[in-house]
Amino acid sequence: MSLDVRHLTVEFALRRQQVCAVRDVSLTIAEGEVMGLVGESGSGKTTLGLAVTRLLPQPPARIRTGQVLFGGRDLLGLTPHELCGVRGGQIAYVFQEPSTSLNPVMTIGRQLMEMLELHKVAQGAAARRRTVDLLAHVGIPAPEERLHSYPHELSGGMKQRVMIAMAIASRPKLLIADEPTTALDVTLERQIIILLKRLQRELGLSLLVISHSILLVQQLANRMAVMWQGMVVEVGDTEEVLNHPRHEYTKRLLAAQPRITVLGAMHG
Amino acid sequence: MGDQDRSTKLLLEVIDVTKQFPHRSGLFRRVTGFLNAVSAVNLTMAHGQVLGLVGESGCGKTTLAKLIAGLEPVTAGQIRYRGQVLTNGWKLPSAIRREIQLVFQDPTGSLDPTQRVGSALGEPLLVHRLAKTAAERTVRVHQLLDQVGLPASYAKRYPRELSGGERQRVAIARALAVEPRLLILDEPVSSLDVYVGAQILEVLRALQRERRLSYLVISHDLRVIGSLCDTIAVMYLGRIVEFAQTAQLFRQPWHPYTELLLECAGLRSVGVEDRGEVPSPFQPPSGCPFRTRCPLAEVRCEQETPALLEHPPRRWVACHKRP
Repeated sequence: MSLDVRHLTVEFALRRQQVCAVRDVSLTIAEGEVMGLVGESGSGKTTLGLAVTRLLPQPPARIRTGQVLFGGRDLLGLTPHELCGVRGGQIAYVFQEPSTSLNPVMTIGRQLMEMLELHKVAQGAAARRRTVDLLAHVGIPAPEERLHSYPHELSGGMKQRVMIAMAIASRPKLLIADEPTTALDVTLERQIIILLKRLQRELGLSLLVISHSILLVQQLANRMAVMWQGMVVEVGDTEEVLNHPRHEYTKRLLAAQPRITVLGAMHG
Repeated sequence: MGDQDRSTKLLLEVIDVTKQFPHRSGLFRRVTGFLNAVSAVNLTMAHGQVLGLVGESGCGKTTLAKLIAGLEPVTAGQIRYRGQVLTNGWKLPSAIRREIQLVFQDPTGSLDPTQRVGSALGEPLLVHRLAKTAAERTVRVHQLLDQVGLPASYAKRYPRELSGGERQRVAIARALAVEPRLLILDEPVSSLDVYVGAQILEVLRALQRERRLSYLVISHDLRVIGSLCDTIAVMYLGRIVEFAQTAQLFRQPWHPYTELLLECAGLRSVGVEDRGEVPSPFQPPSGCPFRTRCPLAEVRCEQETPALLEHPPRRWVACHKRP
């Protein structure tokens, strides 16, 4: 299903002033499309992602104007009950830090089965079988045994795989991944990128990847949007934006990527 | 070349350094095993050299930095700084100790939140008696701020009034206060935004050029290392697996692990296969530590640990299959 954000403005009420975190943002993600959202910290990219699924605490946040159309329905107009069916169901979220998003006192099998039962995907023994399938699907070795593991027994990369398994458990149409690899090592980052790519293709997901890493977006997204001070300043095909940036800010952001200027041998 | 002669030319020599941490378990916290964080590492640094140490988390790169800075005693081996042995206890005059300074990853954690920037920069001057009067100290603090691209007015600020990038600049200025020769930079930009990180890298490059400092840069990101360093040491599970000039390493990596890291940093795309994760350092694999993930692994890699061998000129690799 496509996501269509129209003229979204989000404000935060601080003690004395109003801070506008997202200013009049319009963004469309077509079905089966991977959209990368880049920008520096504080540019409003996470707020945008959270606002789409109404995960922002209101107050202090306030959605002033706009619509978030998902498959034609305005998510901002749904009742909390209706929203529950969409959030975690049709739209799933993968957060930056897997160790804080998993329950430390519950086995990962239990947490995954809870997801499946909550969203009425499967019950009982079927849920258990599906959990094993899911873990195998995201590339966890010996999934039968891993069901009984607690999050602290898993490495960072494994935890992020479990988070992704949970996200796809409810067969979502849209997956929002907010800095899915920032907490991981470069080698694990690459493995997660390969996994997300494969799942996106196999499940026909729409994917919104939020990251400050151009590298991640370059490898994953076919379209990208650049955010700056709460506004989307440039949207386009990833290759096009990276090779021919139009906005001044995009040019600056690309120039800030570490460049390898190979120095000559200083002590030959 | 005589030993004395060689030592004076080199800034730093790490000779067969090993660091073990005891592993305790059970009710009485008895020592049940040892973890080799750093295993028989050899490294040398010349004056003015910028050496990068790259590897995944837990590979021992920070431990090695702590050993060099004298924050941890070594279990075996020797570290020499300008020919003098630094091993265990650091019984050296403060004039030499201050020549090695550390800059940590997270500037928020390394600055005292209740201390103004000016005072944080002035304190090392006082401790090492580098400025005699208060007026002299103020002048020096302003100079230091200027060197890292901050206005003199920042001396009156508290760390919380600074952005992440500005805090990292202050941390660098504080390390520079005591006029070091060797700066150990542990993940200097990984807590920062790309944009801010690029500025910090620029500051570091300029300082190195102007003052002929030596850097030991630690990072998991080959792009950061490559943009700053002239020589690179690749570390895996406590061992150096490849050591080469940056240009050589990027043009033609020898060790399969280096290839993998380059691929991850988006600097190569040959489609190297990655089979899994770093094994537990408590139970390192027999033979070559990388064999569990290596696409080239064969029987020999299981039985023999490859030594770090020199392939002249000035290139070292620890692999049975390469070059």
